[in-house]
Amino acid sequence: MTTSTVEPTEQPRRLVAAANGDRDLTSLVFLVLLWGCLAFGIFSLAVLLFNTAMEGAGRLDAQLFTNYTSQLRPESAGARAAIFGSLLVMLTTAALSIPLGVAAASYLEEFASRENKFAQLVELNVQNLAAVPAIIYGMLAAGFAVLIGLPRNTVLAGAIALALLILPVIIVSTREALRAVPREIRQGSLALGASPMQTLLRQTLPAAIPGIATGTILALSRAVGEAAPLLLLGGLVFVRFDPNGLLSGFTTMPIQIFDWAGRPQVAFQELAAAASIVLLGLLLAMNALAIIIRNKFSSQR
Amino acid sequence: MKTTRASQLLGLSLAGAFALTACGGQSGGTATTGTDGAAAGGALAGSIVTDGSSTVGPLASAAAELFMDANTGVNITVGTSGTGGGFKKFCAGQTAISNASRPIKEEEIALCKAAGIEYQEVIVANDALTVVANKDNSFLTCLTVEELKKLWEPAATGTVMTWDKVKADFPSEPIKLYGPGTDSGTFDYFTDEINGEEGASRTDYSASEDDNVIVQGVTGDKNALGYFGFTYFEENADKLKALEIDGGQGCVAPSSDAARDGSYAPLSRPLFIYVDKKAWTRPEVKAFVTYFVDNDAAIAEAAKYIPLSEEQKTKAKEEITALG
Repeated sequence: MTTSTVEPTEQPRRLVAAANGDRDLTSLVFLVLLWGCLAFGIFSLAVLLFNTAMEGAGRLDAQLFTNYTSQLRPESAGARAAIFGSLLVMLTTAALSIPLGVAAASYLEEFASRENKFAQLVELNVQNLAAVPAIIYGMLAAGFAVLIGLPRNTVLAGAIALALLILPVIIVSTREALRAVPREIRQGSLALGASPMQTLLRQTLPAAIPGIATGTILALSRAVGEAAPLLLLGGLVFVRFDPNGLLSGFTTMPIQIFDWAGRPQVAFQELAAAASIVLLGLLLAMNALAIIIRNKFSSQR
Repeated sequence: MKTTRASQLLGLSLAGAFALTACGGQSGGTATTGTDGAAAGGALAGSIVTDGSSTVGPLASAAAELFMDANTGVNITVGTSGTGGGFKKFCAGQTAISNASRPIKEEEIALCKAAGIEYQEVIVANDALTVVANKDNSFLTCLTVEELKKLWEPAATGTVMTWDKVKADFPSEPIKLYGPGTDSGTFDYFTDEINGEEGASRTDYSASEDDNVIVQGVTGDKNALGYFGFTYFEENADKLKALEIDGGQGCVAPSSDAARDGSYAPLSRPLFIYVDKKAWTRPEVKAFVTYFVDNDAAIAEAAKYIPLSEEQKTKAKEEITALG
């Protein structure tokens, strides 16, 4: 203990003190309080999930995946266009945001000097952007789309808005991942005559990929669940065809759910609940993937 | 050192840009199917983009669905950016048809004019709200807009709890209110017309997106009051009492005719679509708009709105003729 004070393991050890060892009253009260907070969160989530599941269970059938939305036949309507729309938008968002985000993070972490005014400006902005409400990105993308003459309710415009939205998250998590790569790897690579670029591309980035992937998947799952920026771009609520390209009209799961939930007919309410379950399943799967990648990475080390 | 780093970065970003364009080209290749397709033969093809009022949304969706059932080559999309948001896009030439729950405003006319967009208004249906009370209720027959406002305005929350607070000669029975949830277009319309601001409402009422809950609530309580779309009242007319509304011209009972001729004010309104004259030259747009008016009764019924009267239908047909 006395010699290893500089090691990062020092911090967590203090927190577990209350659980095993430190038995004074305040610690115990605090521990109970923490458990209470956790239980409250989980309980609320469970009630919500249960409610949604109960309401939507009746419509959680194959038609939900194969049929398009319908005004005339809500009993057999489905979210097919929305599911395909969400997937295509997610892929496009990833294609736009990952190269840009990783490149920006690499520059800030590996190349920019601390005194560089431009780098400082970018860094400050990235940190601020992470806290900007999602709808602002919708306005930004809408303005950008009008500027370059792109129709606003297209897959590309939606993906631009979502890519901007998650760019700060990708940059921050990529920087964290790069920072976790031991300095010795870079030094070794440079000492063997590799250029800084070769070091980045062949040593540092590959070593950081699990961390980058985890952060990116979590960011993408936020983008998938987002409705506000797309609604502002003019998200379509009635689409009866699969999106067939970057300039195609589209709808996504959150927009479709939002529209159905506002209808007075019970059939649409059930449909909204069933679609919510599908969206929830998709998000859980993505988060699970992120956790699997992270765990695999830590066991390898 | 600095310059090499800069050039390397440039290379990286170029590679990124290349990857992007490659990606875009790949999926963009299939994107051109039927964007402005004038069909060679008899079958119609192409896509029609519509946007606008969320009230007209279900109506336009019903029309689009019925039309697409018969014309499988046509893709019609409906957005619900709101009447104002719809006109903004319409006047920027991004939509062929704009759905509106009110006539176009001066500033929107100017916007369209500046962009060189010529259009024609076409009336497509009527929307009406009904205020309902329990059948056994004896004192509620007609309410003025002011009384409704006293009952529903945000300031009424927690203060207007008995009926004598609304009107002095009402009994001091407890008020029980039912209404749609804040997500619904009905709520927006009612709060806008009665409380003067869209979304401004008292909050201590039983809100439900399911109109059946409102019907059940009001049938179960003698002192209850609720509101929802007129067509839902028609379906439950045997269980409920529709209140007459005094919008300044005396008490008027809700009916299809009163909604159509505008006498049931302010809780009824005509619904419109605005058609871009340039888009009108496309055969699929022509066919769709004509279909919309010709099959008005079926479409309005599917979306739970009041169909056009004979007079209104004649007007709509004239409006279509004016499109050329």
